[in-house]
Formats: sequence, C-alpha cells, structure tokens
Amino acid sequence: MTELTHLTIAEARDGLKAKSFSATELAKAHVDAIEKARALNAYVLETPEKALAMAKASDEKIARGEARALEGIPLGVKDLFCTEGVVSTAGSKILGNFTPPYESTVTRNLWDDGAVMLGKLNMDEFAMGSSNETSAFGPVVSPWRREGSNVSAGVSGAVEGTHLVPGGSSGGSAAAVAARLCLGATATDTGGSIRQPAAFTGTVGIKPTYGRVSRWGTVAFASSLDQAGPITRTVRDSAIMLRSMSGADPKDTTCADLPVPDFEAAVSRGVKGLKIGIPKEYRIDGMSAEIEKLWHQGTEWLRAAGAEIVEVSLPHTRYALPAYYIVAPAEASSNLARYDGVRYGLRENGKDILDLYERTRAAGFGREVKRRIMIGTYVLSAGYYDAYYVRAQKIRTLIKRDFEEVYAQGVHAILTPATPSAAFGIGEKGSDDPVEMYLNDIFTVTVNMAGLPGIAVPAGLDAQGLPLGLQLIGRAFDEETLFAAGQVIEDAAGRVSLPQPWWA
Amino acid sequence: MSVDQKTVRRIAHLARIAVTDEEVPHLQGELNAILSFVEQLNEVNVDGIEPMTSVTPMTMKKRQDGVTDGGYPDKIVMNAPATEDNFFLVPKVVE
Repeated sequence: MTELTHLTIAEARDGLKAKSFSATELAKAHVDAIEKARALNAYVLETPEKALAMAKASDEKIARGEARALEGIPLGVKDLFCTEGVVSTAGSKILGNFTPPYESTVTRNLWDDGAVMLGKLNMDEFAMGSSNETSAFGPVVSPWRREGSNVSAGVSGAVEGTHLVPGGSSGGSAAAVAARLCLGATATDTGGSIRQPAAFTGTVGIKPTYGRVSRWGTVAFASSLDQAGPITRTVRDSAIMLRSMSGADPKDTTCADLPVPDFEAAVSRGVKGLKIGIPKEYRIDGMSAEIEKLWHQGTEWLRAAGAEIVEVSLPHTRYALPAYYIVAPAEASSNLARYDGVRYGLRENGKDILDLYERTRAAGFGREVKRRIMIGTYVLSAGYYDAYYVRAQKIRTLIKRDFEEVYAQGVHAILTPATPSAAFGIGEKGSDDPVEMYLNDIFTVTVNMAGLPGIAVPAGLDAQGLPLGLQLIGRAFDEETLFAAGQVIEDAAGRVSLPQPWWA
Repeated sequence: MSVDQKTVRRIAHLARIAVTDEEVPHLQGELNAILSFVEQLNEVNVDGIEPMTSVTPMTMKKRQDGVTDGGYPDKIVMNAPATEDNFFLVPKVVE
C-alpha cells in the first residue's frame, strides 16, 4: 500500500470509503510526519489531540455510512484563520496568545464537511511577504533543494546549509503540502500569496474570485483584495477543497450569494473549443529563457488539447504592482489599527493611552508590517489622498477594464507564468530594497486588483531542479474553466515528483 | 515625491508606532524606495476614470435591523490584557 501521507485527497477519500484504512490511521500517519519535520518550521502549532479526536468522529461517521465530502481528510490551516479555542497568531507577535472564541467561516465549512485539523501553519506576518521570512516565528524551510545543495538536517535536528524559501505569504501551507505534512492546506491570497508559494513548491493553488469564499473570521490584511483558497498536490484536490471552503455567508456582505458549482466535475471537461489568451505585456524585460520556454510549452499543451490560442493585450499590467503597493498598504493601515494593546493581544504599558498604543505597536509589529502601515498612513493622509490613493483606485478600474475587454472578445481564460523565477534562498532578497521582494508578485497581483480567479499549476523544473508554475486567469466566478485547463496542464506536464524527506 | 525624517516621524505618530532615532533613517530609505517605485503611476492618464469602489459588482446584502448576536461579555474580554468586571482597562484618559 502507498504510504498514507503520499495520497491525494481524492485517493484518501476513496480509500476511506472502501475502508482500506481508517481516518485515525490517516491522521496518525500525518501527526508522525509532522513531528519528524519540525526542522522545516511549517507548523507554528500542532494539534495532534484535536486531529485524532476529529478522525475518531470521522471513523464513526464512515461506519454509519454518513461520510461527508471531506470526511477524515487531514488538513493544515494557515494561521490567518481564526480557530475556536486554538491560538491564532497571523504570524505576528502582536496577537500574543490570542485564542478566538469563534471559528472562521472557511474552517467551519471544512469541519462541517468532515475534515480533520492537524494544526496551524506558519506564514508571513499578517500575510505581508513573498518568502515567509517576515513571520514572527521564523522562516519556513522549503522541502525543495537545489540540485547538489548542501542542505541537510543537522545533528541537532536543525536544518543546515543554504535553504530555500517556500514563497509567501502562505509559505507554511505550501511547504506542508509539498513535504506531505497534510493532504491539503488552507491559504489566502492578497497579491499572490497562494499562487506564488504553490509555484515555488510544485503544488497547486487557486485564488478564487473575490466573493467566492467568505472572509469572516480570517484576519484581515487588505479587505478588497483578500481571498482564501486551497493549496493541494493536484488540480482535482484543489477543486474538492475549494467546493467545501466556498459559499454564501450572511456574516460577510462581500461574499457572493451564488450557488457553489461542483468544481470537481469540471476537472475532466478539457479545453476543446476554449479560447485561451496569451497577454503580450507579461513578456517582461529580463524574463529568463526558462520561464519563456515554460510559458510557450504550456501554450502548446493547451493547443494540443484543442484550445484556440490568441494573443491578447492587457495594457495596464505594468501599473498593477505599484497601484497595489498603494491600495493594499492603505487598507492594511486601516485594518491593523485594531491592534491597540487594549482588547486582545500584546500590551506594552506606557505613561498614557497614546504611549501605550505606540509602544505596543512598536513592540508587536515586525519591520515589513510597520513599513506597510506607514506607507498606508502616508497615502491616506491629508494632502496625499488624491495624488496616491484615488489615483491608484482609478488605475485599478483601468486594470479591471483591460480584462473585461479581453473576455468580451470571447477569451475564456488567460495563460501566464506564475512567478518571474523559481524559489530563491533564505536571506537572498529584499534586505536593502523592499521593492526587490515585491517584484515576485508581478504576474499574480493583477488578478487580485481585478477580483478574478487565478490558479497556479506546476509545469516543469528549472535548471537547478526547482519547480516552476504556470498561471491561468479566469472570468469572474468561472473557476470551473481554470480547473479544466489546469488539469490539461497537469496531465501534460506530469505530476511533480516531490522531494524525499531529507529533513526527517 | 519623497519623505524627509520629520515626515517619517509624523507618519509614525499618525500610525501610532513608536520609532527610535536609529530606525528613522532606515524607514526613510525604505519608504522612499516604495514611493519612488509607485511614481510611475503618474504616467497613466486617468482623466474621466472612476476610482474603483467595488471589485465585483454586487448589490449590498441587507438584513433585518435586529440583534442577532451578542450577550457574552466574558467572551468579548477573554483575550484582553487587562479587564475588570467585563470592562477593558486602560491608563487614565480623563484627569
């Protein structure tokens, strides 16, 4: 029998149904794997007792023939989702030991469908980062190594050598899925935080349309851009997980009142007769020949599967990233005003209330978060609001219009690279100039600005043996086409052979 | 546009984040790097363009104007650093 941690969600679901193994055995296999993988720092909190209790309940459901959609499937949860009675940190010191007395809608939906919680996953602080290096709990080590790399698990159990980042901000989610420390993980994406780490780790990640998934109970970063989605090892698994995560929610007024399609049914649809757009503006200066080749390969795969390939133009693409670095910090500065040392989380006492606020926030927020709050405060301040914030929101209108015009020409989905490069080393980027790190999101951020769905699918390896991903961008609320086209790429590229557990 | 050190201190104060003298020059450099990166937005002609207010066009959901939640002050204050009788405690704000 295949090792239980190597199964896909679909295979585990079928195995549980056929009683080839129990949910308890499946949970136990993952609990053991997590324990041996602490050097990766993917989990910030392990919840083995909870996992085993939930698995036991699943076994009872299965025995009674009452299995639900995700019955007994062990998942990791990004620490941005509030989980009732389980510490939720958002990767920050400022939340301290915050223990929510409520459950986020996304995790509630997953547990209601029978999923099992393994623990909380590491992430960039407040989801602000592209490498998981801004976490207050330290960076996550990618399970991937460059060919001939010196990385190993040292005698002390710590990882030695030059390690790679798993991407961010959902770095713990991506690393845990790639290292087989869960069958799937929840993640969130404000500018690329699902798709970039998925691309870096050879996993599949989808950011659904804004409004597909409720944001209630998910710690807010930039409310008009934030959207949750899954990271999994196959396109089919993402379809299965997204269906459970989605749905209307009376607690989130921006969550759409739309029925959730059977995403899994769309996986085998194929792309015959679909029109796939290739946006010329994504061919950026200095793009590596490898990425260029991968993109071309993806185009050929879709063409061979019966899609019509057309060149399209999204003229405002290059302005998406700078506009994002006004809109997102502006919203963040407002959202993060709630961390005041009074109602929850860390508190640093001061001589008066103002001093208490300032000391608490100075001690509780990390450098990247402070930087973004300050940029946000500046662009919203009197005298600069129109020049920065209003202008950026106008440009956002233009970015969205670009996509609308392309879709109006009959294009069903757009194919682009997911990232400008493969994963880089910890400490290699952004130490002097924050913008260097921001450029990671150049291909993904447009999708958040336009509120559209986007999926990253592994499509090949670079010369160092590291995974590279392609991105498909869809029409609003048409994730189904992304699953269909994503499956074509997965079939053509072949499933990624994930790294062997050198860390265990 | 770029910010000077006085402006960095003013922004930090508006954002309610204490900054030390050593942090100010670093923050100034980083903020100016970001501001110079976003400068390119000035190339775009935005005449007559409406600023985006809602990314997916939808009518806001409405519900009946009634109390649907609450009645658990102990849960509200359970994560607070300092409380008394279900009130949040702060340093004295009125002399």
